[in-house]
Amino acid sequence: MASSRGLRQRGRALRFGGDKVFEYSVMTVATLTLMLVWMLVVRMIIDAQSSIERFGFGFLTGEDWDPNRDIYGALPFIFGTLMTTGIALLIGVPLSVGIATYLSELAPPWLKGPLSFVVELLAAVPSVIYGLWAMYALRPVMVDTIEPVFQSVLGWTPLFQGDPVGLDKFTAGIILAIMIVPTIASVSKESMMAVPDSQREAALSIGATRYETTRMAVLTYARSGIFGACILGLGRAVGETMAVTMTIGNANLTSWSLLDPGQTMASLIANNWGEAQGLQLSALIEVGLVLFVIALLINIFARIMVGRFMGRIPTTGGGL
Amino acid sequence: MNRFEYRKLKNTLASGLALACVILALIPLVYILAGVVMKGAPALSWEFLTSRTAGTGEPGEGIGNAIVGTLLLVFYASMIGLPVGILTGVYVSEYGNNKFGTTVRFFNDVLANFPSIVVGLLAYALVVAYLNVGFSLIAGSFALAIIMIPIVANTTEEALRMVPNSLREGALALGVPRWRTVLKVMLVNGRAGIVTGALLGVARIAGETAPLLLTSFYSSYWSFSPAEPIASLPLTIFRNYNSPSEVLLQQAWGAALVLIVIVLALNISVRLLMRKNKRRPKAVKNRWMTRLPLKG
Repeated sequence: MASSRGLRQRGRALRFGGDKVFEYSVMTVATLTLMLVWMLVVRMIIDAQSSIERFGFGFLTGEDWDPNRDIYGALPFIFGTLMTTGIALLIGVPLSVGIATYLSELAPPWLKGPLSFVVELLAAVPSVIYGLWAMYALRPVMVDTIEPVFQSVLGWTPLFQGDPVGLDKFTAGIILAIMIVPTIASVSKESMMAVPDSQREAALSIGATRYETTRMAVLTYARSGIFGACILGLGRAVGETMAVTMTIGNANLTSWSLLDPGQTMASLIANNWGEAQGLQLSALIEVGLVLFVIALLINIFARIMVGRFMGRIPTTGGGL
Repeated sequence: MNRFEYRKLKNTLASGLALACVILALIPLVYILAGVVMKGAPALSWEFLTSRTAGTGEPGEGIGNAIVGTLLLVFYASMIGLPVGILTGVYVSEYGNNKFGTTVRFFNDVLANFPSIVVGLLAYALVVAYLNVGFSLIAGSFALAIIMIPIVANTTEEALRMVPNSLREGALALGVPRWRTVLKVMLVNGRAGIVTGALLGVARIAGETAPLLLTSFYSSYWSFSPAEPIASLPLTIFRNYNSPSEVLLQQAWGAALVLIVIVLALNISVRLLMRKNKRRPKAVKNRWMTRLPLKG
């Protein structure tokens, strides 16, 4: 009797002892993500040390980036990032909200799925192909048509001074706008689809048109989700590298004119990586650190905004 | 015009505007695809696909080593990224109903939309500089794996959540230990979703350029060693996009065509798989509903 109970217990231990082992090993793997983010911060601070010590907070406001004199400041690139991202949001947000409205409110049901897929294919096209395309297809259009038109209308503002060359902050901003549309549109669409139908029905039942329903019941209800989607798009635009590097003209200058070439933080890193050494390398990594902090803050903020509304952000990665 | 007509007109205009937005967004997509096909197709030939990128601009060059390089990078990255991503997803879905699980989920979400160049910097700092491997295939794969992990983890988690709870309960009721339930019931039933996630991850990293610039660098030769720099399709495009040489420019467009075919094929298979997935749990749910005497 006793031996049979002992056997049974041993069997139990054999079969269920694996549970804790399995749980802890899976947990160890899951910890990797946290460790990666942690290591990223530590390694970057160590590698940027010499630049941080040398320039302090002046790094963020320094206007020179001069390898010959070994003086580095990040202001032109922070400025370039802000300018291009601003253009991207200015064009991309209204466009995306329009797309999201069509996909969630107006499109016939059979068209919704395929159309969402096609819009999200825009996110699947590799960044470097956007750059290649912009160089040969978008640039001529910018030089011949779009930039002269803007210049003739808004030429008196400081934003449109100089000759249209096509490789400038304006072109980079437009490419960025195309690239952030799928992100903003798909998350906004999800937010709008999460609006309860009772909201729509209430508006329709008091005689509102489709447009009024969308504006009063849907957009108002989903606004924090849509706002979060825009912040997510902002995060994507800030860190986008290749397409911007290939279109912005890569000049280290701070100019208000959109028709002048510029440089963003990401494109600076991509351009100077091969030849940078010593203090310049350290300064580049510090630029990366600034970019990291900005992206982290933007992403956390966006998660909180969208998360409050929908619980969880759907995984976007093209094709979903 | 009276008030009603005005409102109706506004409605029509707004609907038209929304449709116009969709069409406006699709123009670049069509334009890019058509451009890549038209400019890339003339470059393609057997010789082009099998010879190396010498970079001299003389005829007879190809992108063979870049294709092999991209395949190797994606392969090694999947070797690291898939197991880690899937197990992270398993943890978050099966054991993650606590504070730590929420933290892991949060950082996965944050990492999923992170600028890839920053990930490249991490791989550089860790593998290239700190471990002193130098610009290499393995450093590039490490960077790509980090990009892949959150995508795979999130889709795995969603796939496991879609498995009906009754299956889990059934296995546990039969006395199957939890770890075997996870491995033999949950993972097997969620496999379509997990495969989707893996394809999505591969599609995402196949076209990544910025992190490779910082880690795997470039090579004009055939290279298979994990510790050597290696060619890749995206970097072939980046190296040649501004070249004055017609041959090298052709090479960039040819590489773009091959790359976009790979990425689109992966995305379309994800789409087809997801449609199949979506139908299945519904069927299970309905069968369960009919068996319950709901209406007495």
